[in-house]
Amino acid sequence: MRRILSVLLENEPGALSRVVGLFSQRGYNIETLNVAPTEDESLSRLTVTTRGDVLKIEQVTKHLNKLVDVVKVVDLSEGAHVERDLLLVKVRAVGAQREEVKRTTDIFRGQIVDVGPSTYVIQLTGPTDKLDSFVKALGETEILEVVRSGVAGMARGEKILAP
Amino acid sequence: MLSGGEMIVRALEDEGVEYVFGYPGGAALHIYDALFKADSVPHILVRHEQAATHAADGYARATGKPGVVLVTSGPGATNAITGIATAYMDSIPMVVLSGQVQSHLIGEDAFQETDMIGISRPIVKHSFMVQRTEDIPAIIKKAFFIAASGRPGPVVIDIPKDLTHPEHKFEYAYPETVSLRSYQPSEKGHTGQIRKAARLLLTAKRPVIYAGGGVIQGNGAELLGTLARRLNYPVTNTLMGLGAFPGSDPQFLGMLGMHGFYEANMAMHHSDVILAVGARFDDRVTNTVGKFCPGAKIIHIDVDPASIAKIIPVDIPIVGPVDSVLRELDAQIATQLSAADRASPDIQACSDWWQQIDSWREAHGLWHGRRYGDSDLVMPQDAIKCLYDVTNGDAYVTSDVGQHQMFAAQYYKYDLPRRWINSGGLGTMGFGLPAAMGVKLAFPEMDVACVTGEGSIQMNIQELSTCSQYGLPIKIINLRNNYLGMVKQWQDMQYDGRYSESHYAASLPDFVKLAESYGHVGLEVKDKNDLEGAMKEAFSLKDRLVFVDIFIEPHEHVYPMHVAPNGAMKDMLLSKTERT
Repeated sequence: MRRILSVLLENEPGALSRVVGLFSQRGYNIETLNVAPTEDESLSRLTVTTRGDVLKIEQVTKHLNKLVDVVKVVDLSEGAHVERDLLLVKVRAVGAQREEVKRTTDIFRGQIVDVGPSTYVIQLTGPTDKLDSFVKALGETEILEVVRSGVAGMARGEKILAP
Repeated sequence: MLSGGEMIVRALEDEGVEYVFGYPGGAALHIYDALFKADSVPHILVRHEQAATHAADGYARATGKPGVVLVTSGPGATNAITGIATAYMDSIPMVVLSGQVQSHLIGEDAFQETDMIGISRPIVKHSFMVQRTEDIPAIIKKAFFIAASGRPGPVVIDIPKDLTHPEHKFEYAYPETVSLRSYQPSEKGHTGQIRKAARLLLTAKRPVIYAGGGVIQGNGAELLGTLARRLNYPVTNTLMGLGAFPGSDPQFLGMLGMHGFYEANMAMHHSDVILAVGARFDDRVTNTVGKFCPGAKIIHIDVDPASIAKIIPVDIPIVGPVDSVLRELDAQIATQLSAADRASPDIQACSDWWQQIDSWREAHGLWHGRRYGDSDLVMPQDAIKCLYDVTNGDAYVTSDVGQHQMFAAQYYKYDLPRRWINSGGLGTMGFGLPAAMGVKLAFPEMDVACVTGEGSIQMNIQELSTCSQYGLPIKIINLRNNYLGMVKQWQDMQYDGRYSESHYAASLPDFVKLAESYGHVGLEVKDKNDLEGAMKEAFSLKDRLVFVDIFIEPHEHVYPMHVAPNGAMKDMLLSKTERT
């Protein structure tokens, strides 16, 4: 089962390595990882997607909570939430392909953010599955490079992750 | 105004530190100079940094106070790693100060540079890299708080040399309190859960109390005794929990697990309610997890939420400090017993249960069916029994790792917590002697015995020198069988007796002469008739370290032993020929 864990972390040197180390040390898998400081400079917010059954996720959450640098952990997938991943993909765009790629990008509400003589860089945001579908939809188009930010997310409504 | 080095020493004073165990080196020299000048915190110079951590660990286990270690960067720090991991696995409070190369050299592969924070990360409760001298007092305060609170553990503070420079002085103020928004250990169990637990306990027909090291670490032994006696329920202890309930009490079933007592493992397997306190369902206890205690409902009390349901699903989890939860649970039980709608324990069922346990005891209790007498050599069990008798069961016993450790766990009855000191989780050979040094320093008037074997003792034998320097009259009880005994036992059982790299008889030192060369006393026991005399002599020499080299029957195995793989707790080998 795919899970999205949101972690509020002291913005201290070494804090991120403790979180990442925990996953490898205990044999948990990290699918995506996204981390950046929040509006409060002393805190970082980290979103990690992982897979596991209920017991495993419970253990991951407990062990994350045990880390002294971790202020709070929530499993976003337990409730209604918004999740976004950012994709940048560089494709070969020549001849008829240029129009075709543009059309597909529009359908997915993506943007072409760099236009080269024979390449495009396309930017797309959305939940993971949307980005996956887009990459598939590019079909015959030659993909030169892909980078994704990893999922960032927050709960809908009044639920707030704060210290 | 104080320098960084002086701040460290002052903070240790302010923290009430009795001893620092360590070894100097380049990156720690400013701190060592400050230690010399202040002359306020006694320092014990070991002969290897691993021993510093084990000695601090032994001190911590015996006193309940954090052990303190000071080492230099690079090899000093890496040598400390085994001892830190040992403390981490057994949840022992410890603060390790490691020198680091100067800030501007970090990352440049400088002389004696190693990434101590990185190397120690998976085996510490927390760690700090000091970045500003002014932060030192607050960091040390936090380190002691984190090490000793909640589920205790080791904390590393890595300090670049330039931050301890004697000429750079700053204001010093030691904080009175600590508050960490991200670290708030549980202070109390959930009352509703405790009420439910009390009810379940009172309806039990075949109950067992399974108590671990957490009861000792959490100072809950006395409360556990009160609760167990109120209920008259049988108690078993883990290897780490020995002493949490008195070993000579008739309610005590002995240790459980891989080399646990027959009656303890049988009672666990057939129980209907298990009260697990400060224990973590370790693989050395459960045997095959899928076959663990099939009929039991489980109550689990632990200060660490991550210990609960990690291995075995539980019915009533209670997260909280063992002492406060046990106090509340006992009060609940007392209330429910006296309430109008009183819960009525099934007295008949419990009495049948005790009868069943007694018949198990009688059939295959610890001394049952042991073969004695056909050899002139000492049987290891007898050696421990003799140690128990000569010390009136009142010694601190440290051990190394292997067969001797299991014999010492089985045959010495620990009536008090903190008396049995061994590396249970990590299983670190070389732990016993340095740990005994820490214990002896903490309790100089008490008998301290290190039960060891000729394999383990050689892993930190250099500490005989430290014992000379500080006059530590430890008694080393060396159960010598000329093999790596536990390895040999497994090789006998699973590898058709092919002793791959587990013997070295021809190359062993003369331990008597070796002890003497360090200024200690050495005694040799080659005949079982000399055992008692030698043991008495060793303990009569109050101010001397005595190395008692006891030649034991080399082919003895430790029993009972869990049948593995795929066995349940009740599946045990009882001797070389019998099994359940």
